[in-house]
Amino acid sequence: MTMPAIKAEATAVAIPTASPTSAAPVVTMTPRPAPRAEKYVKMGKEIAVRVVPPLIVLALLMLFWELVCRRTGSTLPPPSRVFKDTKELIFDPFFDNGGIDKGLFWHLSASLQRVAYGYSIAAIVGIALGTLVGQSVWAMRGLDPLFQVLRTIPPLAWLPLSLAAFRDGQPSAIFVIFITSVWPIIINTAVGIRNIPQDYRNVAAVVQLNPLEFFSKIMIPAAAPYIFTGLRIGIGLSWLAIVAAEMLIGGVGIGFFIWDAWNSSHISEIILALFYVGIIGFVLDRLIAGLAKVVTRGTALN
Amino acid sequence: MHAYLKLDHIDKTFTRGNATTEVLKDISLTIAKGEYVSIIGHSGCGKSTLLNIVAGLTGATNGGVLLENREVNSPGPDRAVVFQNHSLLPWLTVYENVKLGVDKVFSSTKSRAERDAWVMHNLNLVQMAHAKDKRPSEISGGMKQRVGIARALAMEPKVLLLDEPFGALDALTRAHLQDSVMALHQKLGNTILMITHDVDEAVLLSDRIVMMTNGPSARIGEVLEVPLARPRKRLELATNPGYLKCRQRVLEFLYERHRFVEAA
Repeated sequence: MTMPAIKAEATAVAIPTASPTSAAPVVTMTPRPAPRAEKYVKMGKEIAVRVVPPLIVLALLMLFWELVCRRTGSTLPPPSRVFKDTKELIFDPFFDNGGIDKGLFWHLSASLQRVAYGYSIAAIVGIALGTLVGQSVWAMRGLDPLFQVLRTIPPLAWLPLSLAAFRDGQPSAIFVIFITSVWPIIINTAVGIRNIPQDYRNVAAVVQLNPLEFFSKIMIPAAAPYIFTGLRIGIGLSWLAIVAAEMLIGGVGIGFFIWDAWNSSHISEIILALFYVGIIGFVLDRLIAGLAKVVTRGTALN
Repeated sequence: MHAYLKLDHIDKTFTRGNATTEVLKDISLTIAKGEYVSIIGHSGCGKSTLLNIVAGLTGATNGGVLLENREVNSPGPDRAVVFQNHSLLPWLTVYENVKLGVDKVFSSTKSRAERDAWVMHNLNLVQMAHAKDKRPSEISGGMKQRVGIARALAMEPKVLLLDEPFGALDALTRAHLQDSVMALHQKLGNTILMITHDVDEAVLLSDRIVMMTNGPSARIGEVLEVPLARPRKRLELATNPGYLKCRQRVLEFLYERHRFVEAA
C-alpha cells in the first residue's frame, strides 16, 4: 500500500527539480532503497569479506619484498623494478617477432594447448582404466601393482624416454603431461567405482539396467565425486609438469620462456612468468572444481 | 489355495574359505495373489537373505522360487524391492528416481507422455508429487521411503517385496507410513511379502505372519493367520481381542520358544 505513495512523492519531487543542476533524484532514493539495491549491498559485503583480507596480505608482502630488495646489491629485483622492467610484456602480450620472441600470451597458450591435449587423453584413459580396475577384481590384481610402481616415477624422468620414442618435443611434452596426470585419475576412479554401495547395484539389478546403462546411469554419477577429485589432482600435476618439461624441450611455452629469461639474466621476467603460472594453475583448478559442482550437482567432495 | 508365489524347499549355505554356514533350511511357502505376508524373526535369522533370494539378488543353494508357476532366479521388475534404507540415487530428483524404473519397464509399451503421467500417478499415490523436483538429500527419511515405495509400485510388480521398509523411521512416521501402505494394498490389491522385526507392524498389516526360528539353519517355525477384517484401523485394533491374541501368539513364539540367543 505504501508503494503508490512513494511513487507520488518521487514524481512530486522530480517535477520541480527537472533542471540539470539539481541532485534531487538521488535524494529521493535514499529514504528507502529498493530491495534489489539491498541485495547488491549484501552481495558486495560478502565479496568484500572474501577479497579484502587476501588483498591486505598481498599488499603487506609486496611492501616487505620492496623493503628487502630495495638495497643496492640485492640479488632479486623489488616489485617496483619488476613492474618497470616487464611493462612491455604486461601491456603487450600479443606481439610476435617470429621464432621464440613472442608475447606471453603465445607462450602461455602454447603451454595450455599441450596441457589440454595431454590432460584430455589422461582423463579419457584414466577414467576407462580406473573403471576397469574398480569393477574387475582380476584387472585390479593384475594392474594395480604396476600402477603403484609407475605412478612414483617423477614426470621428468619420462621425458628422455619419450624424446627417444617420439623424436620430437611436442608429442614428448604431451606424453609427459599424460603420464603425470593419469595416475591420480585412475586410482581415484577405481576407488569411486569400488565404493559404489551395493544398494545402487541392487536397484540397477531390479530395474534390469543393461551394462551400458549401468555404466552411464549408476557407475559414473556414483563415482563422479571421486573421479573429479582425481581430475583436480591431475590438472594440478600436469601444470606442474609442463613448466619443467618445456624448460628441457625448448621452443614456445611458458617453461622455456622462464629458462630463456634466466639465461639472459632477465630476473624480472621470471618473476612475471611465475605470477602468470600461479594464476593459471589456480584458474585451472577452479575450473575443474566448478565443472565437478555442475556435473555432480553438488554431491562432489570438494 | 492357488499359489501365486511359491518358495519351494529353499536352502541357503554361505561358504567362505573352508567355513560353511547354513543360513536357511528347507523354507517352503506359498502365497496367494493379493495376499500380504510378513516374515518375522530375530535379527540374523536370515530373513533378509530369504527376501534377496525371492528378489533374485542372491541365489538359493537348493530349491527355488516360482512366480505364476515359472521359476525366477534373477532380479527383475516383476519383483520390485523397497529397500530398508530407501536406496534412492542421490544425484537424481525424486521424479527421476521413479522414472528410471518406469523408462526401463515400459520402454516399449508406453509413450513418453504416458510414462511421465505414470510416474506422476505413482508419486501421487504416495503423496509425494509435490516434491518431484527435490533431491533425496532434501527430503525427510519418511518421504524418501515413500519415494522408494513409489519407485517399486511404478514398475507394476507382480509381487512387492518390502525389506524392513519402516525400520529406519521414527515411531510416528512409521505409523503414518504403515497406514499408507495399508491403504495402497487395499486400493491396488498387490501381493506383498514384507520382512519385519516389529510384532505390531506384522499383525496390523499382514494376512499371514511367517515366524522364523533362530539361525543358523533357520526354518519356518510357525505360520499364523491374522483373521482381522480390512480395512483395519490402528486405534480400534488396540482393544480388539483378535488382534491381541495374534500379537500374543507372535510374542510367545519370539520371546519364549525362540528367544534370541547371543552367538556364543
